Amino acid sequence: MLHTINKSPFESSTLQDCIRFISKDDVVLLFEDGVYAAHPGSNKSALTEEILKNNKVYALQADLKARGIDALIEGVETADYDMFVDLVEEHTVQAWL
Amino acid sequence: MAEEHKLMLIIRKAPHGSIYVHEAIEVMFIMATFDMKLSIVFLDDGVFALKPGQDTSELGIKGFSASLGALAFWDVTDVYVDEQSLKDRNICTDEVISYGEDEDTDEKLFPTPLSTDELKKMMQDQDSVLSF
Repeated sequence: MLHTINKSPFESSTLQDCIRFISKDDVVLLFEDGVYAAHPGSNKSALTEEILKNNKVYALQADLKARGIDALIEGVETADYDMFVDLVEEHTVQAWL
Repeated sequence: MAEEHKLMLIIRKAPHGSIYVHEAIEVMFIMATFDMKLSIVFLDDGVFALKPGQDTSELGIKGFSASLGALAFWDVTDVYVDEQSLKDRNICTDEVISYGEDEDTDEKLFPTPLSTDELKKMMQDQDSVLSF
């Protein structure tokens, strides 16, 4: 399953809420304001770090660029739009809005 | 003569994910044309609007770094940022964009970081508060 997160972890609990339902082999994609969860050293970074212990986390490149985020939590990978499409094709999508 | 009306505009949303910050900046420039004591505060996710190097070209939307960089030109110089919000998001106080240059010295101006107590006091002192 692909879990997509588009809200800032400081404003919404979607990232925290989704953690409870992540299974082995699931993937998390951060996009729109969700990419703020990929920024290291904040008081919400632990959420992303927890997911990274067992699962892959991607952040959409265009959204990182738009928000001036150039440093990422170690282990977070970037994805472009083509890769976003591939991920959606490969998985059932759970969009945490 | 009556004292100048004190208006505080608070930006609390992250940029680009919604229209709030764009709208707040529009209102900011409208209010700057009136004779009032206008102050701008970046709070909570609003501090992300101050991150340097934002390039929205791939999203196909207009950014607003240029607008924020011209605030001083419109005589908006009471610009503040909440220290705690920066700290929670691991953004240094010297890692934020400038809102223009000083009229006389041409020196770059940066939002003044304020503590919760200072902000609380400033809020109490306003005639009106607009929050986005």
